[in-house]
Amino acid sequence: MVAPVTSPSFKANASQALANAQLQSVLSGMREGFAARRREAAGQLPEFEALRDSARDIKHHTLAHLDLYLERYVDTVTASGGQVHFARDAAEARAIITSLCQSLDAKTVTKGKSMIAEEIGLNDHLEQAGIVPVETDLGEYIIQLRHEMPSHIIGPALHLSAKQIEADFRRVHTDLPRDRDLSQPATLLAEARQVLRQRFLAADVGITGANFLIAETGTSVIVTNEGNGDLTQTLPKAHIVLASIEKVVPTLEDCAQLLRVLARSATGQEISVYTTFSTGPRRPDDVDGPGAYHVVLLDNGRSAMLGTSFRDVLSCIRCGACMNHCPIYESIGGHAYGWVYPGPIGAVLTPSLIGVDKAAHLPNASTFCGRCEEVCPVRIPLPKLMRHWREREFERHLTPAATRSGLAFWAFFAKRPRLYRLVTRAAMGMLAYAGRARGRFRRLPFAGGWTEYRDLPAPEGATFQARWRGERGGRA
Amino acid sequence: MPKTSGPRVGLFVTCLVDLMRPSVGFAAVKLLEQAGCRVEVPSQTCCGQPAYNSGDRANARSIAEQMIRTFSGFDYVVAPSGSCAGMIRVHYPELFADDPNWLPKARALAAKTWELTSFLVDVLGVTTVNAEYQGIATYHDACSGLRELGISTQPRRLLASVKGLELVEMTDADTCCGFGGTFAVKYGQISNAIVAQKTRRAVETGASMLLAGDLGCLMNMAGKLSREGHAIAVRHVAEVLAGTTEAPPIGAPKPAEHRS
Repeated sequence: MVAPVTSPSFKANASQALANAQLQSVLSGMREGFAARRREAAGQLPEFEALRDSARDIKHHTLAHLDLYLERYVDTVTASGGQVHFARDAAEARAIITSLCQSLDAKTVTKGKSMIAEEIGLNDHLEQAGIVPVETDLGEYIIQLRHEMPSHIIGPALHLSAKQIEADFRRVHTDLPRDRDLSQPATLLAEARQVLRQRFLAADVGITGANFLIAETGTSVIVTNEGNGDLTQTLPKAHIVLASIEKVVPTLEDCAQLLRVLARSATGQEISVYTTFSTGPRRPDDVDGPGAYHVVLLDNGRSAMLGTSFRDVLSCIRCGACMNHCPIYESIGGHAYGWVYPGPIGAVLTPSLIGVDKAAHLPNASTFCGRCEEVCPVRIPLPKLMRHWREREFERHLTPAATRSGLAFWAFFAKRPRLYRLVTRAAMGMLAYAGRARGRFRRLPFAGGWTEYRDLPAPEGATFQARWRGERGGRA
Repeated sequence: MPKTSGPRVGLFVTCLVDLMRPSVGFAAVKLLEQAGCRVEVPSQTCCGQPAYNSGDRANARSIAEQMIRTFSGFDYVVAPSGSCAGMIRVHYPELFADDPNWLPKARALAAKTWELTSFLVDVLGVTTVNAEYQGIATYHDACSGLRELGISTQPRRLLASVKGLELVEMTDADTCCGFGGTFAVKYGQISNAIVAQKTRRAVETGASMLLAGDLGCLMNMAGKLSREGHAIAVRHVAEVLAGTTEAPPIGAPKPAEHRS
């Protein structure tokens, strides 16, 4: 089992999201912010577009030689005293982590933010094994209290208002004074810090994700703004890095290149507040650090994407820019997508991970406006990849029957220009006559999907081709 | 038809203009002829985009082959739509990427296919038009034209030469209107939320007219504006540039005496 999937009910999810006034108010606040900050950050760096090319090239090169860089990475991690564990799927990854925790007699595990942990449903599994997982990223901590999935890959609790978070804190932090002031985001943050500080000190194992894994040095890199990741990985007896295989980059320099586009694309920062490089366990002369260092590398279907038209999906560095610029995401938020990864990147990644039959809606729920591709720091051709998924769906007859028959009907005429002219001329004539009084239709048979929400402008009357032949005569 | 020695242009009028709003086609012809082109309209249907974007590659290919056969003989192919011109320019070569027989033909057609305002400005060097409109207009950048073909300054430059027309930019002019072809119907509720943002932005400008270069987006925005009870006239940019605004705006009734 991986994290629960509600993607098949995407339409109903979206409908609920659109009717959720609180969510809509949060989303409309975010609509301006992210895009403006990214635009400003990119604008201040003259070489930003060239850096995006370079970032794309680094990822393409790495993916083309992923086997070699993974081997190199294993060697360098091992040389620094760490241990790498390969997990083919979610179940293997969970089993490896659980047995590592059990071998260390762990009661409490602190966690830095990790989308892979969400992907494999790690927290529930740890709890079942009697181990208490504590999320230490503020957003992740909040959604853990609420038993929710992240709604955004860099802002897990983006769908919530400060009021909702205050209510959750009052519900859970019952040992704190009732009359305390939690009216400001800063007071919420201070309270979370206070609560989490004790958890950090009590933790036996720290689990983090990784933004990058550096093959050259065996280093894992995390990018955070709260510093929680550093405490998570430094204080406990053991540090477990949980990452998917495509996080590997060849060299430190490659990592530095990617870091230059990552924060700018994500939050509009030049660089995140903390960028932490960790290599192996604590050495004899180190003042701190974990006693043991493990890396769990998850495949979960990714290696099967190599060598296919979906390979570019693996270039993603999880900045969230695609969802920050997506009109669909901005309308419905992240939960409607029904699984771990929302937005345009979710629309192309999720079908690979949970099956295109379950995720069929996601690549279809796009206007192909192209803004995601326009801002992607590694230039993933997201609309093209969504189209590829639509093609797979069409080939496998997953496309809804009404769409298929509608397309077949239309294509029959579109491939027969003479017949098309005759039929459309008659049809438009009738439609124009029916709509002549208002110039538009408020309701029309077979057009309910349109006219439920907006009027359908009526056609002018004769088709252009008919009028052209009439006016200019001869060959048309 | 004016006899000129100018380039021979095949007008790909696009299926939506052909069926719904022929005025746009005639406006395009007028603009092209004023710029010295010899315009012809071969028998045509659609560029195949509905099939292509629905994952129906087989039908998309056979319709694209028909388009290539129809239009390959012209010096240029011009469409009053960034979306349909983008389909030919950007996506036909992708569609035939694995077909050594058709790929060169697809590329050749792609190379000579242009969106109308881009063709006028970028190819023919047109800088002004002879048209007049008294009032404030606002312009929506349709996505495919903007991001696939880089159309942004061309229509604005031509609109700047329309006498009496004041262009007031709306906030987020370059964000999607929520049309997206079949998306508008398949995910009508989401599409509605997006177009409602767009109409709010258009109304904010105080403009009496909303313009764009793609009829799909225009029908979406016009339909939403009229459903919301706003009286903003919605037109294709070509109609204003050609000075042919006799037809009622998109979705507006004809004056009573002209009803047939």
